Amino acid sequence: MKKQTIAPEVDMMVVNAPLIANHAKAGNFVVMRLHEKGERIPLTIADSNKDAGTITLLFQKTGKTTEELGMLNSGDEIRDIAGPLGHPTPVKKYGHCVLVGGGIGVATLYPILKALKARNNKVTAILGARTKELLVWEENFREFSNEVLVATDDGSYGRKGLVTDALKDIIDHRSVALVIAVGPIRMMQAVSELTRPYGIKTMVSLNPIMVEGTGMCGACRVNVAGKTRFACIEGPEFDGHEVDFNGLGSRLVFYKKEEEVSLKRFKRKCKK
Amino acid sequence: MRYRNPEKRKADFKEVSLGLTERQAVKEAARCLQCKKPRCIAGCPVEIDIPKFISFVKEKDYLGGLRTIREFNMLPAICGRVCPQETQCQGMCILGKKSKPVSIGSIERFVADYEVSLGRIDLPDIKPSNGHKVAVIGSGPAGLTVAADLAKLGYDITVFEALHEAGGVLAYGIPEFRLPKKTIQREIEFVKGLGVRILLNRVIGKTQTIDEFFNDGFKAIFIGVGAGAPKYLGIPGENLNNVYFASEFLTRVNLMKAHHFPVYDTPVKKARKVAVIGGGNVAMDSARTALRLGAERVYIVYRRSERELPSRHEEIENAKEEGIRFRFLSDPRVILGNDAGWVRAIRCEKMRLSDPDESGRKRPEPTGKEFTISVDQVIMAIGQTSNPILVRSIKGLKLWGDGYIGIDREGRTNLKGIFAGGDISTGAATVISAMGAGKRAARSIDEYIMGR
Repeated sequence: MKKQTIAPEVDMMVVNAPLIANHAKAGNFVVMRLHEKGERIPLTIADSNKDAGTITLLFQKTGKTTEELGMLNSGDEIRDIAGPLGHPTPVKKYGHCVLVGGGIGVATLYPILKALKARNNKVTAILGARTKELLVWEENFREFSNEVLVATDDGSYGRKGLVTDALKDIIDHRSVALVIAVGPIRMMQAVSELTRPYGIKTMVSLNPIMVEGTGMCGACRVNVAGKTRFACIEGPEFDGHEVDFNGLGSRLVFYKKEEEVSLKRFKRKCKK
Repeated sequence: MRYRNPEKRKADFKEVSLGLTERQAVKEAARCLQCKKPRCIAGCPVEIDIPKFISFVKEKDYLGGLRTIREFNMLPAICGRVCPQETQCQGMCILGKKSKPVSIGSIERFVADYEVSLGRIDLPDIKPSNGHKVAVIGSGPAGLTVAADLAKLGYDITVFEALHEAGGVLAYGIPEFRLPKKTIQREIEFVKGLGVRILLNRVIGKTQTIDEFFNDGFKAIFIGVGAGAPKYLGIPGENLNNVYFASEFLTRVNLMKAHHFPVYDTPVKKARKVAVIGGGNVAMDSARTALRLGAERVYIVYRRSERELPSRHEEIENAKEEGIRFRFLSDPRVILGNDAGWVRAIRCEKMRLSDPDESGRKRPEPTGKEFTISVDQVIMAIGQTSNPILVRSIKGLKLWGDGYIGIDREGRTNLKGIFAGGDISTGAATVISAMGAGKRAARSIDEYIMGR
């Protein structure tokens, strides 16, 4: 395992996992557990290299386990890691695709971008962040996309405003075959609401709470088109126009109290 | 059998049943009539020579008894605890007609625990290696049985487990108070002692494929991945906060140790009033787990009557003693939530049982009368179905029903070299029936590879 910090609170990790790298496809994720008392957390496979036998993970330190993960050093081992999980992104020749990434959501979009380009799609990437220093992997997107637009909330870089403003400009003026949005739930919801009247197919990648990640527990269930679906095996990508974002949002904060307890306790222990 | 005091035991996760003392075991063994044509053996899915093992116990040769069981069954400490003996061996016991059947399960458990108390493991004879590699997918009861049986015959066995711990449903499904983790670990150590390798975190169909196994020189593959995917009722309110599938609720506690949160990282919600929907072992396990997490009231909501409860009899008795409340002939219609999207109540319809149909089964019929139970947590324990990850990854594999693998009586699938057994071929059933399927599959894998 190799690790580096690429933005405040955001680390990149290259993990030696040849079996997972061998089968990893765009849209896949892994579930990992750091130690005997640890929880299982899902992380998107942001990149993979079959020859080197490695996978790349980006993560934002938002809770106890990601904080702990951030404390690992290059050369350390991850106790348990399983994957590649999830249904891969269906990739074919669509035409003009717009990828909308918010924050760490770029980790999920990057392999999708590469796969779409391998099938000769034209890709516009819209990357959003609160502020310039939180923007990650812009150069990677510039390498593969036909065009990259940046939007920051505070206007410190690119255009000031939301990714949806940039997206609206594009779909008002150009034809778009497919939009894929990955980021905070409210952003994905806003993108889906924006494209709905235009009838543009819009995929979103969901991040519900998971336990085992292989379709057995149902913790990750979401309501899609009125039906209960398991994000870990039927997703994590779904049609944004069919997802019940409010239901998902409510389930995402179900353990908020426990997450706070766990993080506080961890930080207290670290100080000692 | 001795049990811990209900008031004490419901406050912790330690084992409820204490098993037999040596004196009790010998006395119970002496009750066996040693029938010429033993019916108990016919009632056992793995056909243990029950009278023989009991005769050893009667003579106080407990290890002799254990050796006899292990000729048929490698997991006696587990089976002695979780088998539904009342419908199997003990259900057939001739003594049961007039009085109580011999407590075969308790004696089985006693001899297995006796070996533990000596701190040793007696491994059986293992044939010299024949060099043939066999892959076993899933480390639950079916997979462990296939692995152990074939390892004894000299095969080179690798078991692939998707989770970070071996044991399958034994590890994530059955609670500590009914089947202690150290009992499972010990039986798994026994299987490893036979030379079996267990690789964790391998989600076959994703991490590796069946085709890769054949290319890597595996001669045969056994699929025993269980029926892990939860079924749902399809009623409104199922996705409210604090509605759990039993599989998630139990996995959080059994596998992830959420009852030790925050020492362990995984949380589970503790509720005051809980409704568990269903009447099987998983429902009893969920209800009693919720109680141990501190719930004040726990209801089992079941749409048929007490007589139809599919759970193991002993667990129903244990649950009642611990104060679980039963609402029979009650069919959930809707789970009600508050404004924040959290459970506040469950509304059910009162049912009545019909006259028996052709199969002799009485069906629950709606009465039109509804009632509401105020609860802050609902756990759905209405069954499990097949998990699509592996089965859908194998081209041409014949499936039936809800994605179960079609096999013949010997555990063969329609594809050459691929065998299956346990819940993934039958739908959710018992530990021991999965082990029976594992035994048959091991026999036919041996025949297949040896070209007999």
